[in-house]
Amino acid sequence: MENLELQKTANEVRKGIVTAVHAAKAGHPGGSLSAADVFTYLYFEEMNIDPKDPKKADRDRFVLSKGHTAPGLYSTLANRGFFPVEDLKTLRHIGSHLQGHPCLQHTPGIDMSSGSLGQGISAAVGMAMSAKLSNDSYRVYTLLGDGEIQEGQVWEAAMFAGHRKLDNLVVIVDNNGLQIDGKIDDVCSPYPIDEKLKAFNFHVINVENGNDFDALRAAFQEARETKGMPTALVLKTVKGKGVSYMENQAGWHGKAPNDEEYAIAMEELEKAGEALCQK
Amino acid sequence: MPEVKKIATRDSYGNALAELGREHDNLVVLDADLAAATKTGVFKKEFPDRHIDCGIAECNMMGIAAGIASTGKVPFASSFAMFAAGRAFEQVRNSIGYPHLNVKIGATHAGISVGEDGATHQCNEDIALMRTIPGMTIINPADDVEAKAAVRAAYEMEGPVYLRFGRLAVPVINDRPDYKFEVGKGVLLREGTDVTIVATGLCVGASLEAAEKLAAEGISAEVINIHTIKPLDTELIVNSAKKTGKVVTAEEHSVIGGLGSAVCDCLCENAPTPVCKIGVYDVFGESGPAAKLLEKYGLDAQGIYEKVKGFVK
Repeated sequence: MENLELQKTANEVRKGIVTAVHAAKAGHPGGSLSAADVFTYLYFEEMNIDPKDPKKADRDRFVLSKGHTAPGLYSTLANRGFFPVEDLKTLRHIGSHLQGHPCLQHTPGIDMSSGSLGQGISAAVGMAMSAKLSNDSYRVYTLLGDGEIQEGQVWEAAMFAGHRKLDNLVVIVDNNGLQIDGKIDDVCSPYPIDEKLKAFNFHVINVENGNDFDALRAAFQEARETKGMPTALVLKTVKGKGVSYMENQAGWHGKAPNDEEYAIAMEELEKAGEALCQK
Repeated sequence: MPEVKKIATRDSYGNALAELGREHDNLVVLDADLAAATKTGVFKKEFPDRHIDCGIAECNMMGIAAGIASTGKVPFASSFAMFAAGRAFEQVRNSIGYPHLNVKIGATHAGISVGEDGATHQCNEDIALMRTIPGMTIINPADDVEAKAAVRAAYEMEGPVYLRFGRLAVPVINDRPDYKFEVGKGVLLREGTDVTIVATGLCVGASLEAAEKLAAEGISAEVINIHTIKPLDTELIVNSAKKTGKVVTAEEHSVIGGLGSAVCDCLCENAPTPVCKIGVYDVFGESGPAAKLLEKYGLDAQGIYEKVKGFVK
């Protein structure tokens, strides 16, 4: 898919995020929006998946280790055709298949239940290990928050992945710089993220603009070509990207827009979409 | 009487894994630097490629097991009960229980019979923890025969299973041709009329011995082996309770949340019956030889005999 198409798609994904969180009156828009571009790249360009056969054995796997950004993943899956976009409005409602955090048993396209931070990466490592055991060619991707990597389990998993040379694994860190209590380097700094991962025997790629499709394309290409070690992508992103008043605001980590704020957000995204269509 | 054969159920675990490994290519064993103690080393020797040592990182091991299970293989994640159920509780709940993945947890060194290592390693809380996870099957075999059958049954069933094994060599009591293991089905080992002893794990053999002593004093004790604590064989327990009118539970576990609690939950709903719980009474263990500890904490045949006698009087 061309970059322009990816940008348009990511804009639709962002609309879905805002709509879902608004309808739920709860949820996590900030980290969903910062990752909307990498979600889009993964599901529309990078991964071998089939919305009509979500469980096909040779599919690439994705684990949303930062499970609270489920609205971002759900919106991407819906736009990709795993389930109707209309379902997004049922996010977090009783009886909905769209739980507050991803659930393997409920939602088509979800490869692992997640949400308790630090756990998803271990499951992704397990999937990659399993592929190595039986010489399967599928690849495994997992997305972590930069606050999430404060969890010790992340480093247990990283140590194992590096030790086992899992070059079918791509660990992506959404480095938007903010967590619930504020800036990550004020709360409990995980920096330098790249050097830490290098020390755990990862091939590390710093992506200066993780909301840019050229940069994402180059990074995922380099990950594919990397043999003998897992790859980590550290994506510099903007939390709340695409909705002006949410950008770089820790307060929008886990808060839903009210009706007025929702209208403003949708108007901004409509305009952004129109601008892309003019290109 | 011939000498009774004694085997630790952790040995049964390792041997059963190796046996199943020969039959099934999709069986994978994980350990966390305890292969020599959990006895998964027996499997490792034969199938080094399918034995994954995760290092001393049990939480990550449970997540890796979940990931492996999601791809269709059957992982047995092995560690001491303390770390499998205790340290990694939340990983077991959220990464294995919630998605109902086909992970088998092999937890060895359960209970105070760990012995000399002392309280930090004597897990008397694991059954309580695992019981609270929806969809978790919990099996606590009584001897070598049952442990091997349990490992096989765990492999053959779909869904998460917590298998509980001991470090101490215990008498083989089920070595008979008609022995049959069925998940969720208790075994009536001895019929009686005055009291029912519902036992699990190494307390089963001890309860049989205790029943023998009680019989010599005119007390007729029924003995039921509950190897599967969840799902519990409520029918067997309720029927026996209705017959004898008195129930004693015996387990190498805290009296809070284990078999005793499960039996009480069952009886208070179905057939209110006085229950006496034998187990570890809300205290930590201590260092010492396993047999001495079982004696001190009243979990051996003599301890069970005395408690039942006092209760029936």
